Amino acid sequence: MTLEILYFAWLRERVGQPRETVSTDAATVRDLVSQLVARSDGHAAAFADLGTLRCAVDQQLADLDAPLAGVREVAFFPPMTGG
Amino acid sequence: MSARVQAEPFDLAAELSGFGTGAGAVVTFTGLVRDDTGLMAALQIEHYPGMTERALSDYGAEAARRFQLSDWRIIHRHGRIEVGAPIMMVATAARHRRAAFEGADYLMDWLKSRAPFWKQEIARDGSATWVQAKNSDEDALLRW
Repeated sequence: MTLEILYFAWLRERVGQPRETVSTDAATVRDLVSQLVARSDGHAAAFADLGTLRCAVDQQLADLDAPLAGVREVAFFPPMTGG
Repeated sequence: MSARVQAEPFDLAAELSGFGTGAGAVVTFTGLVRDDTGLMAALQIEHYPGMTERALSDYGAEAARRFQLSDWRIIHRHGRIEVGAPIMMVATAARHRRAAFEGADYLMDWLKSRAPFWKQEIARDGSATWVQAKNSDEDALLRW
């Protein structure tokens, strides 16, 4: 399947781009992360601490075990600081 | 009942015109850019277009359901915002004050740690630092 991957805040800075399109067979977000880490040193740095990683699947907050079947867009970002 | 994400400033008085007509209580909260270090020039706020609007609308609708709000409005800015300028506002309307206060408080707690915004502090020398999420903001959600 083809996924649109988005990065925000310092994850975007570490990866070096705000979005990319990837072809993947990952079953869950966690599987996807383990594939993305291998793409570059920047990706590895962005995903170095899974404890502070937040994600959204098709624009809904999700956890790392969320399934990816039928999903179009996955976003990764640090804890949010709104308000 | 509306949520907006915008770069432009907002006019609180204009936003409240006609807001909550027929309610017994209207509460508003406005967040301003604060300078804790004495070195700050502005905040730069990044967000997730598409998801942000959806999240704010969802939280507004949930607040309306939980606190029987007759009206609510959320405006959150993004981009560069100078020290002292308004970042965001929430307004809630209900029959009684407690529901209006609690609805606004609930919305603020959710916006702090569950709306996809990320703040960067821009110092007067131009250097930029990402704001770290606070554990206290996360803990605040447990109240609800």
